[in-house]
Amino acid sequence: MDRATATGAEQAERPRADERPPRDRGVANLFSHGFLLFWAALTALPLLWMFLSSFKSDGEILSDPWGLPGALRFENWSRAWTEAHIGRYFLNSGIVVAGSLTLTMLLGATAAYVFARYEFRGRQVVYYLFVGGMMFPVFLALVPLFFVVRNAGLFGSWTGLILVYAAYSLPFTVFFLTAFFRTLPTSVAEAALIDGCGHFRLFFRVMLPMARPGLISVAIFNFLSHWNQFILPQVLMQGDDSKWVLAQGLTALAVSQGYQGDFSGLFAGLTIATLPVLAVYVAFQRQIQTGLTAGQLK
Amino acid sequence: MRHGKYPLIITFLVPPLVLYGVFVLSPYLQAFQISTTNWLGYSAHADSVGMANFRTLWHDGQVWNAIKNNAIMLAVVPVVTIGLGLFFATMLNMGGRKGRAGVTGVRGTAVYRMVYFFPQVLSVVIIALLWKEVYHPNNGLLNGALRAFGLPAPTWLGDPRTAFWCVLAVMVWSNVGFYVVLFGAAMAAIPRDIYEAVLLDGASRWTTLRRITVPLLWDTVQVAWIYLAIAALDGFILVQQMTNGGPNFSSDVIGLRMYETAFGSESKFGYASAIGVVMLFLTLSVAVLALRTGRRDRIEYS
Repeated sequence: MDRATATGAEQAERPRADERPPRDRGVANLFSHGFLLFWAALTALPLLWMFLSSFKSDGEILSDPWGLPGALRFENWSRAWTEAHIGRYFLNSGIVVAGSLTLTMLLGATAAYVFARYEFRGRQVVYYLFVGGMMFPVFLALVPLFFVVRNAGLFGSWTGLILVYAAYSLPFTVFFLTAFFRTLPTSVAEAALIDGCGHFRLFFRVMLPMARPGLISVAIFNFLSHWNQFILPQVLMQGDDSKWVLAQGLTALAVSQGYQGDFSGLFAGLTIATLPVLAVYVAFQRQIQTGLTAGQLK
Repeated sequence: MRHGKYPLIITFLVPPLVLYGVFVLSPYLQAFQISTTNWLGYSAHADSVGMANFRTLWHDGQVWNAIKNNAIMLAVVPVVTIGLGLFFATMLNMGGRKGRAGVTGVRGTAVYRMVYFFPQVLSVVIIALLWKEVYHPNNGLLNGALRAFGLPAPTWLGDPRTAFWCVLAVMVWSNVGFYVVLFGAAMAAIPRDIYEAVLLDGASRWTTLRRITVPLLWDTVQVAWIYLAIAALDGFILVQQMTNGGPNFSSDVIGLRMYETAFGSESKFGYASAIGVVMLFLTLSVAVLALRTGRRDRIEYS
């Protein structure tokens, strides 16, 4: 086909292509919007229901699941906050995650930097040993981990949880950040070294600031996985309920709610636990979405 | 130029290695050793029994029942989740065909994407507890709606025929949004003119999805498949919190079996570790299988 006929065919196509969408669009858009709305409702409704139910009385919850609360009963919230200790567990989770996230980022970034930028004997072996931990199901380690933590005198302590969270986040963090440090240009580092900048100064003053986008992505990923951690505290934080993290407090609340029939208290507890996370997500959704998806794609 | 690098290598590498070695590597290695003992409870005493735990496991109906449920999840969850994820991502990214000029997203794409992603930021515990209430036979959201339409109200999680499927549905529900965003990001990297050309050729949406989008997204789909397969082999938190494996073990999963064996009433640590080893091999073989069967040539856009 020569050029002239090609453009001729293209021009013949154009009017048809111009016509089709209006016909197509009405039906197809209704169709697609219908499905999209359906899934949005399916996602949002349970959460909205949880929020509204947290203001209802138990009578309202039992008699009419779809009804609106008769009044804004914040006493449900305060009951969950104080009696079910959701407030304390929230704080505990915050303390543990602050510690574990700092430790993960510090150790992950330093290790990844060495793997990405320095040659030494056995580098490949150590790297794969490290990153291989990503493939292992945590269940396999639970029993021995229980004893490792207990023998270290860290059973039932926040320090224990912080160290264990950080240890299990390292493989992915190192994997992700090593790839990220490798993408940074070497010329800046070389120039800094020639100018007499030491290796440590180079890392903290030059390389770490340059790696900020990668650090933020992996920090978001780790924050959510630490905040939502359940199996590790369930095994390593038995006993003393004043040190529990939020996930444990919520399951305990669900159990006691089952005995007492305090539905509104459970919904209030779940809402208190959900709202801050959801608010942070809505505020930073772009970063969080890219942070989490980039985390899975590498 | 590399003068004096060893102090840095040592300071930077030794602390993470020690932490990883103590809390990750050594437990994994010990698990293999423990799996060949009859270690019971909290006593220090344990005899080596060789492969006896694995032989018992082979004839353990409860473990097989749990593995069967994980196998069903493995067959259903990735396919349904990826299917829905691709469908919604397509709608959001190119649902609106605004004439010749373009293939664009529908109106409100950003809002949809935000809402779909909600379950991803919630902890699985919250999702499990919330859905347990949604399925509640008397005051649940689901039966409330069914009753409003005069339909029968099943007991959902209380019925051995439906309990497992209810949990499975929640697993899909909580994952779809993530893959909508993931696939959406990958679709954004596909050059628009490909779609415009296809549109000019008069291809239907379905053909476009099957012949253009999916092949171009193949790497991402493969990654999604691996992650969903690994998630389907777990399911522990949802099952433990929603049904605790019941009624009558109908919704049991292998992770819960392992947990109950180790930390339940009996604390059979040796046997539980053997179940853990089986889980490891299942996970690894599923991942390898996904990588092998899904391998295709990578497509690079110029």
